Amino acid sequence: METLKTIIINLPYILEGTYITVLLVVGALSLGFCLGVPLAIMQVYGNGAIRRMVGLYVWFFRGVPILLLLFLFYFGLFNVIGLNLDALTASGLVLGLASSAYQSQIFRGSIQSLPMGQFKAGSALGMTNAQIIKNIILPQALRLSIPGWSNEFSILLKDSALCFAVGASEIMARAHFVASRTYEYLPLYITAGFLYFLITLVGIRILRHVERKFAIPGYTLSV
Amino acid sequence: MTALLSVKNISLTLGNRKILDTVSLDIHAGELKVLIGPSGAGKSTLLQCINYLIPPDEGEIYLEGKKINGQSNAELCHLRQNVGMIFQDFNLFDHLTALDNICLALVKVHKLSKAEAQKRARKELERVGLANRAGLYPAQLSGGQKQRVAIARALAMDPKILLLDEPTSALDPELVGEVMAVIQDLAHGGMPMIMATHQMDFVRSLATEVLFMEHGVIIEKDTPKVLLAEGAKTRTLDFCSKLHIITNTSNEE
Amino acid sequence: MEFTDLAFYLERVIPKLNKGLIESLWLIIPAALVGGAFGIFMGVLRVFGTKWIKKIADTFVAVIRGVPLTIQLMILYFGLPYLPVVKIYLDPYQAALLGFIFCTGAYQSEYIRGALLSIKQGQIKAGQALGMTKFQIIWSIIIPQAFRKAIPGCGNEIIYLIKYSSLAYIVTHIELTGEAKILVSRTFRPTEIYLIAGCYYLFLVTLATWILHALERKLYIPGFGKANS
Repeated sequence: METLKTIIINLPYILEGTYITVLLVVGALSLGFCLGVPLAIMQVYGNGAIRRMVGLYVWFFRGVPILLLLFLFYFGLFNVIGLNLDALTASGLVLGLASSAYQSQIFRGSIQSLPMGQFKAGSALGMTNAQIIKNIILPQALRLSIPGWSNEFSILLKDSALCFAVGASEIMARAHFVASRTYEYLPLYITAGFLYFLITLVGIRILRHVERKFAIPGYTLSV
Repeated sequence: MTALLSVKNISLTLGNRKILDTVSLDIHAGELKVLIGPSGAGKSTLLQCINYLIPPDEGEIYLEGKKINGQSNAELCHLRQNVGMIFQDFNLFDHLTALDNICLALVKVHKLSKAEAQKRARKELERVGLANRAGLYPAQLSGGQKQRVAIARALAMDPKILLLDEPTSALDPELVGEVMAVIQDLAHGGMPMIMATHQMDFVRSLATEVLFMEHGVIIEKDTPKVLLAEGAKTRTLDFCSKLHIITNTSNEE
Repeated sequence: MEFTDLAFYLERVIPKLNKGLIESLWLIIPAALVGGAFGIFMGVLRVFGTKWIKKIADTFVAVIRGVPLTIQLMILYFGLPYLPVVKIYLDPYQAALLGFIFCTGAYQSEYIRGALLSIKQGQIKAGQALGMTKFQIIWSIIIPQAFRKAIPGCGNEIIYLIKYSSLAYIVTHIELTGEAKILVSRTFRPTEIYLIAGCYYLFLVTLATWILHALERKLYIPGFGKANS
């Protein structure tokens, strides 16, 4: 009973963390998207030097653990370049940068899976490369990327739980804070786990809706 | 003379559909029996029941007069070693080369040494005209070549009888000939075979008996001469003439 | 960033990080091996188990995959001592290792399951038709094919494991990330030290990727695993 009381009393506080977690994940996903798309295009259509630079970026952000990236940027690099950010903003930026590396590989895979004829058909109509990418390649590639993107969402959501290590006040941080004061560790962690589960379910549901909304009859990844 | 293989009154029900209804047939040395009938008639199921890939619900199968109970695994393996099978979609082992596809069962089942198995496998590949394809993987072979490897694989086991389940129906028309040529050679060599096929020229010239199946029952059986005679009032001829019009495949090479 | 005082790095930073690296490897390698075996076991259960076994295994995997690893580690380390009846005390290393084994096993089981399900019925029938025993079919046909299909996914999972081993820091087990954090608190040079620690991980991840690709090349079969092979 005591346990239940503790949870109920502290629930509003933890639920506020849900809002922060969602904000963090949505922000990071958006940043990852805005950077990931150009990165993918550069990696597919760029010249050797550009491709190598993008490759290096992706290699770095996919090779270093998120936790270490958080430490590196929050305690180090952001200060070096004169940015004085709060924990939440810094976490969002780091997750976003890392996600852009992962997302670029999803988009790259989709772009490369499109038949060559699509680009050729655009050229044959006298379109410029930029027009072809914007009007022919991306509309197809992004649709094909939605399943990979949902996957990236659920990974990013789980990674966001790490941001408590730099002091972002999200679900995990709040659950841990309450737990260490009340010693109700198990129930509070399980509550937090349940919240993450719930956000995943809702998020996936929304993305599936998006996928259906943008679906073109008969258009799927040809395997 | 006891039959090489006899099937006595086998039945199979899936759900509430009778796939096979008391089907019987015998095959003796040197015979070639052909199963004809519309798709869904139960030809493929019958063939797979004969070597217990699909165990029948009722009825018996005798190999050289000995009853197969389908109880022990050893008995089933023995049956299947003696009854070779060619599938419609080849079923070559995708992770093995043509040569290793043939060697695998020789080594594992017949316990040959690797060298003996390879020697045997090469001989069989030569027989189907693919000696120079031994090192290629299934994905690197054409459909016709795949099916010839599958035939070589079955022959390498020294089967007493061969079951062929529409061996050319998954092939592009221009590849049918090379596979049929191999099968024709086998028929001339006296290999007993039960074969589902719609290659009518082959049936007319080589089949010892034609069995016409529909809804899981053999409704006509006789020599091709009788069943396919000009003007014969048989279901078989009726079906085959339609087949000829629709697919136009009876006039191969 | 001053890279002039080489002695500082050689004498203070590198030895500590090397020590952390060894600790990380003591987490990664056992977790990969035991977790891999656990994943194969779970994957096989999820394909060949009875209805109830499948349901239980599926639920277990869904929960592990649906909840952040951070929370799982917290539960194992901070939570288990507060269980109502049997109180379980794990030291930081045990908690981290156990968490990694469950996590990596759950993900591995997905790839094993997918690989087993992708084997076509015809492959098994062909083996039966040649008179092979069940054991021979499993050993010579199913395992070689499933193994090849599972390798890219399972290898990727090991790379994830390398990166997520840094989460041991959260349950106070001091490995590479932990050593870096301690160094920073003593020297106040976060950028350099975290960058160098990052290079350690990059090295591990790149090495693992390289080994994985070499293995894939070695096992490569033309056309195998394509849709229409």
